[in-house]
Amino acid sequence: MTTATAPRAVEQTVPATVARATHVRVPFLQAVYVIWLRDVTRFARDRARLIGSLAQPVLFLVVFGVGLSSALGGGRIFPPGLSYLQFMFPGVVSMTVLMASIFSAMSIVWDREFGFLREILVAPIDRSAVAVGKALGGATQAMIGGVIMLVFAPIIGVKLTVLGVLELIPLLFLFAFVLTSLGIAIASRMKSMQGFQVIMNFLMMPMLFLSGALFPLAGLPGWMTVLTRFNPVTYAVSPVRTVLFANGGISQAVLDRIGAEVTIGGYTLPLMLDVAIVAVIGVAVLGFAIRALQARD
Amino acid sequence: MGFDAETLSSATETLEAGALTSLVAATVAAPDDVITVRGLSKRYGAVEAVRGIDLDVHRGEIFGFLGPNGAGKSTTISVLCTLVGATGGSAVVGGYDVNSHPQQVRARIGLVFQEPSLDNQLTARENLYFHAMVYGVPRHERNRRIEAAFEMVELTDRADAQVITYSGGMKRRLEIARGVLHYPEVLFLDEPTIGLDPQTRAKVWEHLREVRQRTGTTIFMTTHYMEEAEWCDRIAIIDHGRIVSLGTPDQLKNQMGGDVVVVTTSDNARATRQIEEQFGVTALHDDGTLRIDVAAGAEFVPKLVKALDVEVRTVTVRRPSLDDVFLKLTGRAIRDDEVDQGAATRAMMARRWQGGRR
Repeated sequence: MTTATAPRAVEQTVPATVARATHVRVPFLQAVYVIWLRDVTRFARDRARLIGSLAQPVLFLVVFGVGLSSALGGGRIFPPGLSYLQFMFPGVVSMTVLMASIFSAMSIVWDREFGFLREILVAPIDRSAVAVGKALGGATQAMIGGVIMLVFAPIIGVKLTVLGVLELIPLLFLFAFVLTSLGIAIASRMKSMQGFQVIMNFLMMPMLFLSGALFPLAGLPGWMTVLTRFNPVTYAVSPVRTVLFANGGISQAVLDRIGAEVTIGGYTLPLMLDVAIVAVIGVAVLGFAIRALQARD
Repeated sequence: MGFDAETLSSATETLEAGALTSLVAATVAAPDDVITVRGLSKRYGAVEAVRGIDLDVHRGEIFGFLGPNGAGKSTTISVLCTLVGATGGSAVVGGYDVNSHPQQVRARIGLVFQEPSLDNQLTARENLYFHAMVYGVPRHERNRRIEAAFEMVELTDRADAQVITYSGGMKRRLEIARGVLHYPEVLFLDEPTIGLDPQTRAKVWEHLREVRQRTGTTIFMTTHYMEEAEWCDRIAIIDHGRIVSLGTPDQLKNQMGGDVVVVTTSDNARATRQIEEQFGVTALHDDGTLRIDVAAGAEFVPKLVKALDVEVRTVTVRRPSLDDVFLKLTGRAIRDDEVDQGAATRAMMARRWQGGRR
């Protein structure tokens, strides 16, 4: 083995080195912001994706909702004065957010496949900033999807008020943030798109069906009641429905009859408790997402 | 080597830990080396990819890292870039140990990977802006540096086009521009020219020299192409996880001790035997020719012709090339056509997949 006894081969014409950055710490919020900005920029540029993410909920609302409504004899199946279509509408808004959140988390797998994840992971930023930035980016997209779905409200006879929409936006955003974090926690461990899709289908459909989005939570068989109460999405759908209907002029009596609010053992959870449950789950899931991203390759 | 507050605080910690010697070796002994590697090893299960290498890379040089496939090139570069942890030994890059201070190392290096890592949906400018933000380029400097970077790689007029419209060569240039945006101390490039046509390769090199000229950034690259190795200030040849030779291209060629005589004869096997008997040197078979390493080629040729009783058809005397050095040290030729086709294809596919036009 020959050793390095070579004289310096460096040309002496190399300029005195430019001022090197001695900084190391990139502000946490700056990293979060630019990761969020990138995702939102991509989203804004990709109309097809937005339309694609709305296609399924619209299909559910128009085909499934209308079809089931008329199969059930149309009109006012939930007494008094609430059609199935109206009942399921908040569920479909939630479903839009659920699907868009999971879909946006897939961008992590996408980034890994196309190399950009390396650019993010080798940067001198904290991995928690990556997770938070990604979750906020996904949440923004999913929330926008949910808000767009609200245009159907007047068509199917659910009244929208400005206050109602303003109350809904933070709710949808929180809901989206939690689900995107969950998606990221799973996506960061996935090496392939197919793997992620399989896992998400396994999770997404049961979470949707057992959430009270498509049928009332009241009067279910015992085993199903238990499952719905363990499903985090349940606590997200309920506030969406309550806020939407309360502002849409639907009386508390009807809300009680259809079991819009989650009850556990006869106790009706107040809206803020639902929100708190969702938030706590969100923090836990975000923690998982950060840990998944921190694992070194 | 910046002796900033953080170096001092980490120095204090290390002193408290009582590891004075290693600190001195790392930060004081070689103030002009931007990379110091001592006894570095990396093991993947039963496979020893890197088996204890020592390496110093001087500030401001273009350092080439050569080796056959599977020799440990990519593993070494991955360890230096903090992408994988070392199993043994130490590596100090830009004043920080890669194992104990990966984040500090990352802030001081730029990376250009074998496969592109740009966001195709974003414009080139947005890609650079993202980089400037996550590497903490000061706000008042951002736009100026981004403009200068575009100018350096001659992409100013395409700065606001989406990267998806870029060709493979343009993407490479953009990645180089991005890699030095935060003024790293070292720019690492893993096979930066693989899968590119010769013209584009030349262009990439032009930009690398420009980077060095303008910013004084040290360039550490792996390559398969011998002509590129010639352009490096110093090169290391790695084989089976060990460095088998290190020096300037001229030094490596001089180690060969003289000239290379290439002959073709009517009976190469017979000629080989006779050369062995008469001169005590081994002739290497290479593509229908015989290669003999001798001290003084011009004097050797008449003796050779006289000594052989087979017909000598052609005789060439030349200075050894890096190909010869490589062949002698590793027993393998490293020719462009023997480049790992798999890797080249993968890199090309990745670029295609990203929608790159070539």
